[in-house]
Amino acid sequence: MDWITTVDHKKIAILYLWAGGIFFGIGGLEAILIRIQLIKPMNTFLDAQTFNELITMHGTTMIFLGVMPVIFALMNAVIPLQIGARDVAFPFLNALGFWTFLFGGILLNLSWVMGGAPDAGWTAYTPLSSTSYSATHGVDFYTIGLQIAGLGTLIGGINFLATIITMRAPGMSFMRMPMFAWATFITSAIILFAFPAITVGLVLLTFDRILEAKFFDVAGGGNPVLWQHIFWIFGHPEVYILILPAFGVISEVIPTFSRKRLFGYSSMVFATILIAFLGFMVWAHHMFTTGLGPVANALFSVSTMLIAIPTGIKIFNWLFTMWGGQVRFTTPNLFAAGFIPTFTMGGVTGVMLASAPADFQFHDTYFVVAHFHYVIVGGLVLGLFAGLHYWWPKMFGRMLSERLGKWTFWTFIIGFHLTFFVQHFLGLMGMQRRVFTYLPNQQFDTLNLVSTVGAMLMGVGMIIFLANIFLTSRRPLDAADDPWEDGRTLEWTIPSPPPEYNFKQTPLVRGLDAFWKEKMAGHKGMTPSEPVGPIHMPSATILPFLMSVGIFIAGLGFMFSRDEFGSDIMSFLFNNYIVTALGLLITFGSMLLRSLIDDHGWHIEPEELEGR
Amino acid sequence: MTTAHAGSVDGTLPHEPEKATLEGRNKVLAFWLFLGGEAVLFGTLFATFLALRNQTNEGPSANELFHLPLVAAATFLLLASSLTSVFAIQAMHRGNATRLRNWLLITVVLGLSFLILEIYEFSVYIRHEEFGMTTSAFSSAFYTLVGFHGAHVAFGILWISVLIGQLMYKGLTVVTAPKIYVSAMYWHFIDVVWVFIFTVVYLLGKVG
Ligand code: HEM
Ligand SMILES: [Cu+2]
Repeated sequence: MDWITTVDHKKIAILYLWAGGIFFGIGGLEAILIRIQLIKPMNTFLDAQTFNELITMHGTTMIFLGVMPVIFALMNAVIPLQIGARDVAFPFLNALGFWTFLFGGILLNLSWVMGGAPDAGWTAYTPLSSTSYSATHGVDFYTIGLQIAGLGTLIGGINFLATIITMRAPGMSFMRMPMFAWATFITSAIILFAFPAITVGLVLLTFDRILEAKFFDVAGGGNPVLWQHIFWIFGHPEVYILILPAFGVISEVIPTFSRKRLFGYSSMVFATILIAFLGFMVWAHHMFTTGLGPVANALFSVSTMLIAIPTGIKIFNWLFTMWGGQVRFTTPNLFAAGFIPTFTMGGVTGVMLASAPADFQFHDTYFVVAHFHYVIVGGLVLGLFAGLHYWWPKMFGRMLSERLGKWTFWTFIIGFHLTFFVQHFLGLMGMQRRVFTYLPNQQFDTLNLVSTVGAMLMGVGMIIFLANIFLTSRRPLDAADDPWEDGRTLEWTIPSPPPEYNFKQTPLVRGLDAFWKEKMAGHKGMTPSEPVGPIHMPSATILPFLMSVGIFIAGLGFMFSRDEFGSDIMSFLFNNYIVTALGLLITFGSMLLRSLIDDHGWHIEPEELEGR
Repeated sequence: MTTAHAGSVDGTLPHEPEKATLEGRNKVLAFWLFLGGEAVLFGTLFATFLALRNQTNEGPSANELFHLPLVAAATFLLLASSLTSVFAIQAMHRGNATRLRNWLLITVVLGLSFLILEIYEFSVYIRHEEFGMTTSAFSSAFYTLVGFHGAHVAFGILWISVLIGQLMYKGLTVVTAPKIYVSAMYWHFIDVVWVFIFTVVYLLGKVG
């Protein structure tokens, strides 16, 4: 109950972590099944339909329900602490964002047991995703589930923007803000401008499928390429929504374990902004083979390659930070160090793909699969591992085992390169992506076997990580305030895990790497910027949960509104939109309650603060 | 907020009550951000409409369909409601809760009349022109864009009505003021979107 009603950013972080972790596990299982099917030619382990469902759900789950929430978990756990705030700007909305994400994810995954999962690829290209080629409700689960989950993401993005703009501790100007906070800020801005586009795309596709609208139906005057534009004008920025937070994590971890300030801080900030900006200009590089014509292809090709410049700046700055530092290879730093070369390889294949004529060769082969897994798994997931190991003691008050952590790292990264390195060659030799099997003796056999073995090894790495969590969670709390001893930012100045109110007194920030600056000046902690006084806290509430339940019911109701049912009552309820209306009633009713009930929250009094 | 403004009620309410608390300021800021997202949303809908506006699939075209006097009347009502919501906010800044309530009521009535005209318009198209969601890519794009705007108007009407209730029940305070201010921002935004719809959908449909 406590967890259903909480509005505390630290608890919401843990909820995001749990939910994201479970979806990540589901996505991982799907990946293993895909790899087992491809272990040898002409395999009959899965049939083509199931294979299509698995690749669709694997991609969709991993991106929207696996890594995004883990990113949000880290942001929620860290951002208010790093900027010296007591919570986010809108704790209520924070909870709402989580619950809509969760119910959207549940809805999407219900498709497995309710008559067929989506099977049109995670990009849902029309007409493949139209009712004529995808007749089950699968794609409806995709459009409506993602719509609901996306709502949560948008809410979260706005919340972080407002939090970072208005709630920074005194003295923390934008140019004194930690890089992870910068990354969160820019990421949230991308979310704000990219997600509404996919919102519209999903609405159009839903209308085409459920209300028989004609947006993408050529026979009715519609245009399938329109879907591709809408999808990628969201989809390309989306990949930066994923990678920028990882950049942020790496920029925190490397300086800490090099005992040096981040090299080229202001160029890092500038590069982040530039990447976000360019990220909106390049979407059509996913559409070179669609037939946009040479002029469009040339322009998008050049603008895409430009992104390599700010990205390169970042890579060199990390290397220069380590250069000459007192580098300690703790588990977080191992992941950070592993991130740099791996991500760089993904960037190099990206530039290769960005060359439009070459892309005609690479497109829809395993070369593309290798590319995006190098950036997403080799970049983002390694970054998330670095961040989780780094902030785990702060979030949970317990150190993870270094020994198990190193095992996780080595099995995971070796497994990763085994899986995906060979896929570059598979792609160059002509193995197509998204086909459920291949003929023997095309020189695909061995490399596919290697790839599957690698995937299993990555799975082993994940299991070691889970074992690490499980074993250490049974030990008593043991993390110091500043467990890595070289913490540079504000989150390391308060207890692990932090008290409900984070900071007893809001700290005064006197420079970049505020805590490090005080340490160098010989101070033990931060100078407070205010006297000890009563702290205002928001009340817990069940309304965000209820509002999300309502949207969930409405979504299901709308999805089945045109179905024929065996029983009359069901037909009556669904075909007359009664279920939909009921769901919306719950949601709007909760909103009404929220606006009518006066809730001023509560206070923690100074005596109580001192009593700790 | 340095000088207490002349009109504020017995000095307890500041001149700009919507910005008096951190929560209020956060709300206004976040709402600007939200409107940025809404702009992208409508931008995408407009782009879709422009891409499909000539794809009539042998159904009615814009030129055959639209009846400008009706749309102009609706436009007038909506623009007027934006003006009355400005008066409402001015009344709020003077601390006059009764006038605030009255202007909000007028805004709601004007919005409602706009919505009724729109529903009437749609029903004519559907019944007499056989122009429904499924007729053509153009019809789908038309109903989606204009309908999304209509749904925004409907939500705004509900929202402002709840706020009127709240205002009567709780009075004008630093808690209710930001909500009212933000709802007025929303209302202006809807109005601006309508100006674009009037131009891009209706005027361009008649001449282009
Ligand atoms: C220097 C930076 C990058 C460049 C130049 C680049 C270029 C490209 C190009 C041209 C494609 C299209 C290939 C095709 O379909 O034929 C592509 C696909 C893709 N990229 Fe990148 N990319 C870069 C970085 C990233 C990053 C940072 C991510 C994610 C974190 C990413 C994720 C993806 C994904 C998911 C796809 C495949 C989409 C699909 O068709 O399913 N890329 N990239
Ligand atoms: Cu891209």
